Amino acid sequence: MNTVLLGMAILVLGAFLVVRLARLEGRVLSLAAPLAFGATLILLWEVLVVGFAVPMALMPAPSAVAARMAMSSHLLAQDFAQTFLKAVLAGYAIGCGAGFAMALLVDRVPFLRRGLLPIGNLVAALPVVGIAPIMVMWFGFDWQSKAAVVVAMTFFPMLVNTVAGLAAAGSLERDLMRSFAANHRQTLLKLRLPAALPFIFTALKINAPLALIGAIVAEFFGSPTTGMGFRIATEAAKLALDMVWAEIIVAALAGSAFYGLVVLIERAATFWHPSIRS
Amino acid sequence: MRDSAALPVAVVSLGIAALWYLAAIGLNWQVVADMQTRAGATPDFGAMITLTLSHSRPLLPAPHQIIEELWRSTMTLPITSRRSLVHHAWITLSAALVGFGMGSALGVLLAVAIVHVRALERSLMPWIIASQAVPVLALAPIVIVALGALGMTDLLPKAIISAYLCFFPVTIGMVKGLSAPDALSRDLLRTYSATPAQIFWRLRVPTSLPYLFAGLKVAVAAAVVGAIVAELPTGAQAGLGARLLAGSYFGQTIQIWSALFAAAIVSASLVGALSLAERLVVRRMGARA
Repeated sequence: MNTVLLGMAILVLGAFLVVRLARLEGRVLSLAAPLAFGATLILLWEVLVVGFAVPMALMPAPSAVAARMAMSSHLLAQDFAQTFLKAVLAGYAIGCGAGFAMALLVDRVPFLRRGLLPIGNLVAALPVVGIAPIMVMWFGFDWQSKAAVVVAMTFFPMLVNTVAGLAAAGSLERDLMRSFAANHRQTLLKLRLPAALPFIFTALKINAPLALIGAIVAEFFGSPTTGMGFRIATEAAKLALDMVWAEIIVAALAGSAFYGLVVLIERAATFWHPSIRS
Repeated sequence: MRDSAALPVAVVSLGIAALWYLAAIGLNWQVVADMQTRAGATPDFGAMITLTLSHSRPLLPAPHQIIEELWRSTMTLPITSRRSLVHHAWITLSAALVGFGMGSALGVLLAVAIVHVRALERSLMPWIIASQAVPVLALAPIVIVALGALGMTDLLPKAIISAYLCFFPVTIGMVKGLSAPDALSRDLLRTYSATPAQIFWRLRVPTSLPYLFAGLKVAVAAAVVGAIVAELPTGAQAGLGARLLAGSYFGQTIQIWSALFAAAIVSASLVGALSLAERLVVRRMGARA
């Protein structure tokens, strides 16, 4: 009974705080409302789980997860290095690079573009992550097979977006380049690639969380005894949900940081675009 | 425009199939060569190629082997058979559809709330975006274990994971769509002294439909992925994900590839059905397209 009352009190107080804070303006101050919202949720979660004595196997309290993170930080770091630093980064670089190179090639051959684009759009909607068992069979249990899955997942979004971006330069600007007697390479480097940058960054942003998901899910199909996906699958089977949540928090932080880094680079590289200037 | 794309697509598809055959010959060559040496046989070049394309557990099956297996496991077996791919595809599809329904409904409700309550937009929107940075599929084992402890098995846990993957594109698209009407149209309705409800139903909802369908198409593809991945960590007995897992345990590559093709067919036909619905609804709304 007390738990319910305490929970209600937190909910009312939190809602009141969020509504008040949402009126604040300014770059830093506008972060206050979402932070208050998140804090309310975590507090509510803690109170309900502790108050109703929910078993660990069902839902661990945030404090238990934090304690587990502090205790197993070495293991978490090891899993992070295996999954993120090796599989995700390598796969992301190769997949995005190959998609970009393919787009440049396709751009030179209009016939290929008309044929490949519909197929690329179709593949982008397919459950590509399902190729994980095949990649594990081809490239073994270690991080190479996970990187291969990431390559397959990130290739098509990059291809489709870059091809769309290369077509984005206006005909007026193209005519201007032609009147300067610019050759294909000059037009590409000075006009069309810069104009394609917003599209390329869209693909980079789409691919950042995709890469992490691909690497983690691929580990469900077999991995060495380390890695975030491996740990999540085995600890969930042992009902040690505090460790599973700890891994997920690490994954969420890594995913957000990766995405944030891409956004920062985007802001620096496409400072001229209206969506960033305004 | 559509006619001009048909030929290139056909040519590129043929090219991909040809490359696939070459890759299948190349990848399976060593396996077949080893087997023949052990058997003491020395087949000539032509016979080797036939053997690489008809191996029963190849590294990469040839396209016709996958199509044969697809045909055998969908058309020749009774649908109720546990080896029928239709049976497995239906189990995954039903979970994906229930999840898609729940996720889309949640997504639309969230969008309506966000558009109408300013405090929600400021506080909820960053978290909705952050929720996608969480590798959602990694949550699958937890959701399945937790719901399993509550006595929920089979369809519902899978549907919930699909729903989690679904709601985001719908919410984002719908928020954009509901706030898409320009000031001119809103002013016009105000001069007609329209009530907020009338503005919502007569202006905001019709304007948002193209955005909603764009979100729904992304969401339905995500729902299929969610349902498949949700079958992995629990060692599910049936479903396309279970077929993938069983195939990878026993090295049955043809089974893996046919399950993958089945998933692709399910996913593509769902997106196609939504495109058709979009065209019908948008035309009914009087759009000129």
